[in-house]
Amino acid sequence: MSRVNDVGGQTGFGPVVTEENEPVFHADWEARVYALNIALVRRGVYTLDEFRDAVERMPPQEYLAASYYERWLFAIERLTSAHGAQSDE
Amino acid sequence: MSGTHAGNPVAARVRRLEERLVESGHVTDEELDSILTRVLDGASPLNGARIVAHAWSDAGFRERLLADANRALPEVGLSMAGGLQEQRLKVVANTPERHNVLVCTLCSCYPVALLGPSPSWYKSEAYRSRVVREPRAVLAEFGLDVPAEREITVWDSSAESRYMVLPRRPEGTEELSEEQLAELVTREGLIGTAAV
Repeated sequence: MSRVNDVGGQTGFGPVVTEENEPVFHADWEARVYALNIALVRRGVYTLDEFRDAVERMPPQEYLAASYYERWLFAIERLTSAHGAQSDE
Repeated sequence: MSGTHAGNPVAARVRRLEERLVESGHVTDEELDSILTRVLDGASPLNGARIVAHAWSDAGFRERLLADANRALPEVGLSMAGGLQEQRLKVVANTPERHNVLVCTLCSCYPVALLGPSPSWYKSEAYRSRVVREPRAVLAEFGLDVPAEREITVWDSSAESRYMVLPRRPEGTEELSEEQLAELVTREGLIGTAAV
C-alpha cells in the first residue's frame, strides 16, 4: 500500500518552484522544529524510522496542505504524546 | 532568522511544544541552540564543493571517492557521521554520456550531514513526482538542457543511502587552484539540476 508521500511519477503537481538565495530556514520556528527532532532522536525519545512513519501517516489532505516543517511538527507532537514525553502535565 | 512570530499560530504551537519538552526534561534550550549552530556553521554545500574540487585535482582521490565515498571523505576532513545515523554515500560522476540527478520521491533524503538542509524545491511534491517521470523537462526548467544523446540517471535516495553528483570539470579551468575550482561548484551542481 502506498501512502500519500509516495509521489514519484504522479502527475498534476505543477511546475517546480525555486527560490533565489533561499535561507536555510524561513522562520525561527522551523529552526526550532528541526533542532527538536534531532535532540529527541538523540535522546532516544523516538527513532528516526518512527519519525518518518509518523510524517507519512498524516491524513493525506493534511499532508498535502502542510508545509515541510509543519509535517515535522505534526509528527513530533504525535510521537512525544504517544511516548508520554508530555506526561508531566 | 528574526523575531518570535508572536502572531503566527504555528510558531505558537512550536513554542508550546518546546516549553513542554524543556519542562519535562527531554531537551534543553542550550542543546537546541548548539544543534542549530552546528548545522548552520558546519554542514553546507561548501563541503560538497570542496570534495568536487579535490576530485577534479587529484585522480586518485576521485577514484577512491567514486568507489567508496564514506571511506574517502576523511581525506578531506569530512564524514557522513555528523548526522543522526551515518548513511551510505554514493558519489555519481557526470560524463559526456551520462548526466546524474538526485531526488527523494518519498520525502527529503539528502546528504544533510555534509551539505546542510536541502532547498525547499527539492522537498516539493512537484520536483519529487516529476523528475522521475520527465527528468529532461524538469532539468530544462532549471535552465539545464541535456542533449538528447546524453542519458539521464535519476537516483532516488532512501533512509540508508544518500547520493551526491560529481559534476564534470568545466573546460578552460586547468590553471585554477583547488580553492578557485571549489568556487565554481554550486549546490544545484551537486544535486544535478545544474551542470556545475
